[in-house]
Amino acid sequence: MNFAFTEDQLLFRDTVRDFLAAECAPAQVREAAAGDGRSPARFDKLVEMGLTGLTVPEAQGGLGLGLVDYVLIAEEAGRAALPELLVDQIGIAVPLLSRFADRPEVASVLEAVATGAAKVAIGHPMDPFVADAAGADWLILGKGDAVHLVPAASVALTAETSVDPLRRIAGVEWLAGNDTVLSDAPGLWDEILDLGAIAMAAQGLGLAQAMVDLAAEYARTRQQFGKPIGSFQAVKHHLATVQVAIEFARAPVYKAAFTQRPRDVSHARIAVIDAAAMAARTAIQVFGAMGYTYEVDLHFFMKRAWALAGVWGDRHYHLDRMARMVLSDDAAIGADATFADN
Amino acid sequence: MDLRYTDKQNAFRAEVRAWMQANVPTTALKSYDTAEGFEEHRQWERVLNSGRFGMVTWPEALGGRGADLIEWLIFEEEYYRAGAPGRVNQNGIFLLGPTLMEYGTPEQKARFLPRMAAGDDIWAQGWSEPGAGSDMAAIRTKAILDGDHYVINGQKTWSTRAVFADWCFGLFRTDPESSRHHGMSFILVPLDTPGITRRPIPQLDGEPGFAELFFDDVRVPVENRLGGEGQGWHIAMATAGFERGLMLRSPARFQETARRLVDLYRRNESHVAPGVRDQVLKAWMDAEAYCLNTYMTASRLIAGGKIGQEASLNKIFWSELDRAMHETALSILGARGELMASGIPEAGEIARWLKGFMFSLAGPIYAGANEIQRNIIAERLLQLPR
Ligand SMILES: Cc1cc2nc3c(=O)[nH]c(=O)nc-3n(C[C@H](O)[C@H](O)[C@H](O)COP(=O)(O)OP(=O)(O)OC[C@H]3O[C@@H](n4cnc5c(N)ncnc54)[C@H](O)[C@@H]3O)c2cc1C
Repeated sequence: MNFAFTEDQLLFRDTVRDFLAAECAPAQVREAAAGDGRSPARFDKLVEMGLTGLTVPEAQGGLGLGLVDYVLIAEEAGRAALPELLVDQIGIAVPLLSRFADRPEVASVLEAVATGAAKVAIGHPMDPFVADAAGADWLILGKGDAVHLVPAASVALTAETSVDPLRRIAGVEWLAGNDTVLSDAPGLWDEILDLGAIAMAAQGLGLAQAMVDLAAEYARTRQQFGKPIGSFQAVKHHLATVQVAIEFARAPVYKAAFTQRPRDVSHARIAVIDAAAMAARTAIQVFGAMGYTYEVDLHFFMKRAWALAGVWGDRHYHLDRMARMVLSDDAAIGADATFADN
Repeated sequence: MDLRYTDKQNAFRAEVRAWMQANVPTTALKSYDTAEGFEEHRQWERVLNSGRFGMVTWPEALGGRGADLIEWLIFEEEYYRAGAPGRVNQNGIFLLGPTLMEYGTPEQKARFLPRMAAGDDIWAQGWSEPGAGSDMAAIRTKAILDGDHYVINGQKTWSTRAVFADWCFGLFRTDPESSRHHGMSFILVPLDTPGITRRPIPQLDGEPGFAELFFDDVRVPVENRLGGEGQGWHIAMATAGFERGLMLRSPARFQETARRLVDLYRRNESHVAPGVRDQVLKAWMDAEAYCLNTYMTASRLIAGGKIGQEASLNKIFWSELDRAMHETALSILGARGELMASGIPEAGEIARWLKGFMFSLAGPIYAGANEIQRNIIAERLLQLPR
């Protein structure tokens, strides 16, 4: 039993954090929002750092790392409100495709993902739209139980406008064919949903912390009544309360990445949805009218958090699922049950 | 990261479980806030010690098992799972113990720790004074050096279980000219020393859980000082760190409450209001989150880390969780929720929720009020100006 990341994992996290601080600073996010939302140059650098291949098996040219390695990276992507499609790809699509890496056509997609030559988008059948469908070469889509890997040429997209100016979502029309079926194993979409929920939770954690940090920074400098507003206890307590919520959402996310069990995943998802929503509403309050503008960076983070809260199972979905797993008569929930089945 | 227990850890759990099954009293002890209940609980501490379960993390020579913090968590899980009695010596074993381990001389460790583990010395804390609650640096009780003794004069209050305890540890002003955080020392005082008067204060439930302590020329040998003279504040902060950060409230306690809450919900599901389900789920998740967070802290400490300001996050979380769980339980019980005693079958369970609810209201006050913890988080973690 050791609930800690390795030195290497933390070091890699720090490298990615520094990289994103330089290449995906709020000013650059703003720039992307003013343009078409994506920076091919930044994406190339993500590829160079090995991030697109992070979870791709070594045989397909990736680093072959697991979800525990990746979860910290996803958190950083959230912290920076990274516009490019990275997390959905390395945290949902690739772990799924890797299960079928023994098939040559899937292996070649994985290889192309690792080198940055191809992008894969994925949408759960429960969600109406697919993120970054337009930029993808391949889409992973569902019909009933079946999971399909569909080439971009075979889909028709209807772009939609998200509240998040950096999100690129689209409705997808396509025809399922035998040649596109990846698997029709029952329950596979449930497992994919868990991967999606972990991806959203990890990003939400980073987003929430980013919002608190922005608000704290503002509170240190903005003066009213002759002193920084951060010296007022109401402001302090607002932010401290959010920090508590973030801190106690953190371990559940890491555990979910380790176990990938539905109960752990739903816990992480709900805790982060709540913490991020609280971070957003608190941060805007601390910023005052500034927070209600497009001029201050806060809104990029708030809007991402709002958008991510609804996909890959929203709060109600996960609560209902949790209720079935925790409140049923045979649920194992005692003090000794937390790590019992790992 | 590896969230699986080792074979050794599983074996340890099995050993604790079997021992608890054989030794935990089958009928509940009387409240340790009564004279009789206090001695019953002391007796239980002796039984625990006979199984070398008094404080498993201590070295064997001092009455422990040299267990690490993960094993301590396992021990606690089995302890609460077995419904074992409350620890009457929690101030000693969970707070003073670790502090002695860090700051005590070898003589002090040998003198105090084995007796503490054995339940021979039950400890009370003496920080608060009438004029020094949240503002602990306002402490005025003096301990003035006279030869090889300190002479203590002043008053402490809200000292939990000090009505019946054998010793108290606390902060005293050893430099009469000093103010605020300076000039205080951490001193251990036998409560039967001449010159000490104890006045019981009944708590919310009517039992004398607090004592007010009056010191009138109380002479305590210098070797009862823990750490250097004037170092008291620094050491007290370490004790507070153990208290808030890890030891005082082990996760198993709240997970057990959450389990009881889920159980109560299941039995009443057909007639509770719809929103209650989500409150129950939230309680269960939060208790779980507290556990996970503690395992992360334990792993970090085992790797050589230290408890820092994040202890304040902890303290807020568990105290507000405990209150929320009890409020939810009472809302499930509805009109039966006022029953302190009754002939109906669930009477014992209801009274337990009610007493737990009352005590949960103290959680956000003791161990540093939550407002103060929020100040600490804002100023030290988020670096907001004072
Ligand atoms: C069950 C229980 C057991 C206890 N056991 C012990 C014990 O064994 N030994 C011991 O020494 N003490 C003990 N205490 C006392 C405890 O340490 C104090 O109650 C606590 O430190 C708060 O002090 P106070 O009660 O004087 O409240 P006060 O300090 O008067 O505070 C009252 C209210 O004002 C708020 N407040 C005060 N200052 C500030 C500020 N700067 N900013 C914002 N809000 C502020 C507080 O948060 C609180 O809500 C116990 C208390 C309880 C309830």
